Amino acid sequence: MLYQAEPMPVDVASPRRAVPGRTAVCRAAGLTLAALARLLSGASVRWIACQPDTCQRFYFANHTSHLDALLIWSSLPQPVRELTRPVAAKDYWSRGVLRRWLAEEVFDALLIDRTDIKVHQSPVDVMLREIGSTRSLIVFPEGSRSVTGDLGEFKSGLYYLAKKRPDIELVPVHIDNLNRILPRGEFLPVPLLSCISFGPPMWLEHGEAKANFLARARKAVQALKE
Amino acid sequence: MNDIRTIALIAGVLLLLLVATAVGQFLARNPDRGLNPAAVNAFNLRLRGWWIICTVLAAAFWLGTTTTVVLCGLVSFWALREFITLTPTRKGDHRALFWVFFLFTPLHYVLVAYNRYDLFSVFLPLYGTLFVLARVAMAGDYKRFLERTAKIQAGLVVCVYCLSFAAALLHVRIRGQDPANSGANFRLLFFLILLVQFADCMQYVWSRMAGRRPVAPEVSSTRTWEGLLGSATSTALLAAVLWWAAPPFEPWQAALVGFVVAVMGFAGGMTMSAIKRDRGVKDYGTLVVGHGGVLDRVDSMCFAAPVFYHLTWFVAGQ
Repeated sequence: MLYQAEPMPVDVASPRRAVPGRTAVCRAAGLTLAALARLLSGASVRWIACQPDTCQRFYFANHTSHLDALLIWSSLPQPVRELTRPVAAKDYWSRGVLRRWLAEEVFDALLIDRTDIKVHQSPVDVMLREIGSTRSLIVFPEGSRSVTGDLGEFKSGLYYLAKKRPDIELVPVHIDNLNRILPRGEFLPVPLLSCISFGPPMWLEHGEAKANFLARARKAVQALKE
Repeated sequence: MNDIRTIALIAGVLLLLLVATAVGQFLARNPDRGLNPAAVNAFNLRLRGWWIICTVLAAAFWLGTTTTVVLCGLVSFWALREFITLTPTRKGDHRALFWVFFLFTPLHYVLVAYNRYDLFSVFLPLYGTLFVLARVAMAGDYKRFLERTAKIQAGLVVCVYCLSFAAALLHVRIRGQDPANSGANFRLLFFLILLVQFADCMQYVWSRMAGRRPVAPEVSSTRTWEGLLGSATSTALLAAVLWWAAPPFEPWQAALVGFVVAVMGFAGGMTMSAIKRDRGVKDYGTLVVGHGGVLDRVDSMCFAAPVFYHLTWFVAGQ
């Protein structure tokens, strides 16, 4: 197996930066973009059997649009938002000055190298090291944006995150209709209405098999569609 | 608009709302009156909607004609948003929809604001249609082509084109009125909104009290022939009583206008019900938790506004 079985020490490395370290400009840019995204996507936010909380969480969601991470991030209340980092692909988000600035400074995204995965530096390890004992993550277990808008199969990263940090709540998130607002391959948005649903937190059951867990997590996201 | 009729009309509406709110609150506090609590709740929710509508309208009136046109444009934009959200579109429609939202809708309202009837009366139905057809074709997805373009067109016509006639009322020049004084036009718009809302309400009341034969039970079981006739008659009566508020009309003309407005409002409600039934939803605003959508509120207005506009012009225009 690729991953070590023993749990990762929690505060082995401090978070890359203290939370209030972002400059006022980045903060303002983040707030503006979040407001703009909310306005453009007409998003209504539902918390179903779940409340916003500053405790450590992995938010896992379906992925259909570039706006997904931004929209989840912006629908969290301010204190929670400050602690939550979206996970994004390094090959896309480190290209160009603007993209890198947005990803690193404004959204404080955690950039994961999809192309160059090393055994001793797996994405899961990087994520766990970066969040320390305070930060939360937004992840998209499908790996990339779905073309049709249907929910694809989940990759195993979520399972390893849950296994190595069994204390962190896994919150399913479903994003509805955003694929029509900004579909894959389009850069101009159509301002329809969308809906973001946060579902009841779940955990990895003791001894639960990987396939079963991933199926259960996928079903949890799917269930929020109704 | 500092004339006695406008003030009387606003005071009358305010009084009506206050009385209705008092009654609604009384019924909500005393549930053991043999009345259906769900109906009381629906009544109170509707009432709250009216308060919001009236407050926003009063603010817009106070701020002037252009503000009101802009406000109407925003309502159109939001209604179109709800319409297209619930209408399945394909990815090939994306670019066409972008221009529909960000070019055609605003431009149409600019034409309305500048009172270019010669242009805004053809811009969307003609050039909007041509654009949508061509742009969707150029996107390369021919599957169910006519069906998809028809959906976008229907949304544009109902949500944007029809509704904009309400705003256009502010520019109708009424015989014997000073064009510099827009008070009469505001009263005309207020009159229309009042009649449409009243007709909606009466349709509900008559259908509940005397409804026997639904017009189309498959589409809506609560819209009946009795409700239609009852609401058209009641609205005609109200219009005749309030004829002094609407500048160009004689009492009998006002009654006729009230009748037609009620019938058109009914048609609008039926149309939207049919679309909603097809999509399997109850409200357009199900995405917004807690209340129906904007389109649920303005569907009757969309159908009534153009007819009211042209009747006004026919009777009183210069």
